[in-house]
Amino acid sequence: MAAYTLRRLWQFVPTLAGVILLVFFLFNWVGGDPAYLLAGKIPNPETVANIRKQLGVDEPYAVQLWIFLKQVLHGDFGVSWSTNEAVSNIFATRLGPSLTVLVPLLLISTILSMAAAMLVAYVRGSLTDRAVMIACTVGQSISILVYILVFQYVLAYELGWFPVQGWGVTFRDNLLRYSALAIIVGVAVSLAPDIRLYRTFFLDEINQDYVRTARAKGMSEPRVMWVHVLRNAAIPIVTNVLLQLPGLLAGAFLIERFFGIPGIGREVILAVERSDFPIIKAVTVYVAVATMAVNLLADLLYKAIDPRVQLK
Amino acid sequence: MSEQGVWALAWRRFRRDRLGYGSLIVVVLYVAVMIAGAAGWLARDWNLEKGVSFAPPSFLGPEGAESPQLAKAAEGAQPVADYGIADPLAPDLAAIAKNLVGAGAGQARAATLPFGGDKWGRDVLKKALKGTQTSLVVGFSAAALATFLGTLFGALAGFRGGKVDDFFNWLYGVFTSIPYLLLVLAIAAVVNQKGTFTVILILGLAGWTGIFRLVRAEYMKHKVREYVLAADAIGASPARRMFVHILPNVSHVVLVQLSLHVVLFIKSEVILTFLGFGVGVDTVSWGSMLAEAGSELLLGKWWQLTAATVAMAILVTAFSLFTDAMRDALDPRLK
Repeated sequence: MAAYTLRRLWQFVPTLAGVILLVFFLFNWVGGDPAYLLAGKIPNPETVANIRKQLGVDEPYAVQLWIFLKQVLHGDFGVSWSTNEAVSNIFATRLGPSLTVLVPLLLISTILSMAAAMLVAYVRGSLTDRAVMIACTVGQSISILVYILVFQYVLAYELGWFPVQGWGVTFRDNLLRYSALAIIVGVAVSLAPDIRLYRTFFLDEINQDYVRTARAKGMSEPRVMWVHVLRNAAIPIVTNVLLQLPGLLAGAFLIERFFGIPGIGREVILAVERSDFPIIKAVTVYVAVATMAVNLLADLLYKAIDPRVQLK
Repeated sequence: MSEQGVWALAWRRFRRDRLGYGSLIVVVLYVAVMIAGAAGWLARDWNLEKGVSFAPPSFLGPEGAESPQLAKAAEGAQPVADYGIADPLAPDLAAIAKNLVGAGAGQARAATLPFGGDKWGRDVLKKALKGTQTSLVVGFSAAALATFLGTLFGALAGFRGGKVDDFFNWLYGVFTSIPYLLLVLAIAAVVNQKGTFTVILILGLAGWTGIFRLVRAEYMKHKVREYVLAADAIGASPARRMFVHILPNVSHVVLVQLSLHVVLFIKSEVILTFLGFGVGVDTVSWGSMLAEAGSELLLGKWWQLTAATVAMAILVTAFSLFTDAMRDALDPRLK
């Protein structure tokens, strides 16, 4: 196990190097020179030269790559081009709000979709099963934007059950008042794809021999489902939730933007709009590292839960 | 029976799947709308301001005088001449206005439109039809690009093995360690340029990884099969074995992936355009319609939101069901 972990960690090096190269290629080579963008409507050559010097984009590519490499290794991505706030500070202050929304969202949606998936897998082939599957297909075909717009309009604007958007000071206020609608929308969006996926996990298990054996020896149906099938199907489900996490951290930007939640996703959108490259570079590298770490964690967890799994 | 090829057999299986067959018909209808839109037969005049601002759908009837200001503005009411002097620019302005408005000039604006109008009085139904064209063009083109890249890389990696395989696996690892939407946004940020072609390029370049993984696995499986070894024995070149011998045998995997990615890219385009990094302002897309619909909803004008949502939901549902049916028909063992 330790040898395996070390080997996997060692394999991170080329992948991380690749991510750094890709990000560098995108932002320093393709993205090139944002000085004209930042210099305002009527740039004079002197201002532009000053900005270029300040951003470090007047250096040769090799030097720029070296600077970027040092930034990644030090975990210090400099300051935002538009607000001059330190990038590390931006992350430290935006992570909390993101997690306040994401953790309850993931917990609730996982529990709900697991329960629904187990139910439809149990009555597979029936009218209920087919109706739920079709409802999921239709639900999945509606854009997440529509969910946000309609939920926000009906529940917050028309009925006034929730604040339309905003963020408070205390954690309690944020979680129960300001995040509530965002969490509801997030759960509504993720239910359809999750139920479909988890249903296949449950179906894989229901057709296994051990289920037949359990039934043959007279075990009650609830016990077969809740103890035997659920525990086995939970393995791929938990892995799936874990693997979603890094993507969600940056990917919840639509929800964060609409509900005014000052999280990392909203910061990404703002940065893309303002061509604020240091922030996007930092997010990309951090999320890539998190993805790799979570992948490793998921594999180790698999091994811990299921001893038959062979790690190579 | 023995004369029938694998595709004819798949088609027969597909025909028996009523839900899948119905979905195919819907998809074909959408493609017809796309072609008609591209050829200029349909919704060519979507950009004309035919109705009054926020003209309600015809089945609701015209709006009462609840917003006289809006109605006045739409009619182009003249400001009151307060000072008793004639506006010296009036004739010039009138002439300019006449030239500008073009086809809409002279005739009164309609009080209602078939499915309502947007802020500028453009026909929402026509916008939705034209948006279908944009979405499908982006979806198909980006999926074609991603499938091309994924198949090419997958074929090379799976067939060649060794260093080539290591290289493409490394590339795959790099691309998949960055979440798809973040990668798309990052590329959009550096390209910093709107337009249909840009969107296709961004989505296609970011979305090849899933296809690569599957095609690579298929090639690894097929390259040691007897028919490929036989082709090698009679002197077929590696390129010939890869693309003439093996490719037709893995094409069902490629085709299903192509179809899945069309749906993925249509959804992504809507989000990109909504955020303002998508197709240009002179192009209508479901994403740009939804972007306008957000503020319209607050005024109680729900029709643009409904039109874009329904148009997209029907297409994506039909396309997903069609893809499922196609997969079952092409690979009956899966069912």
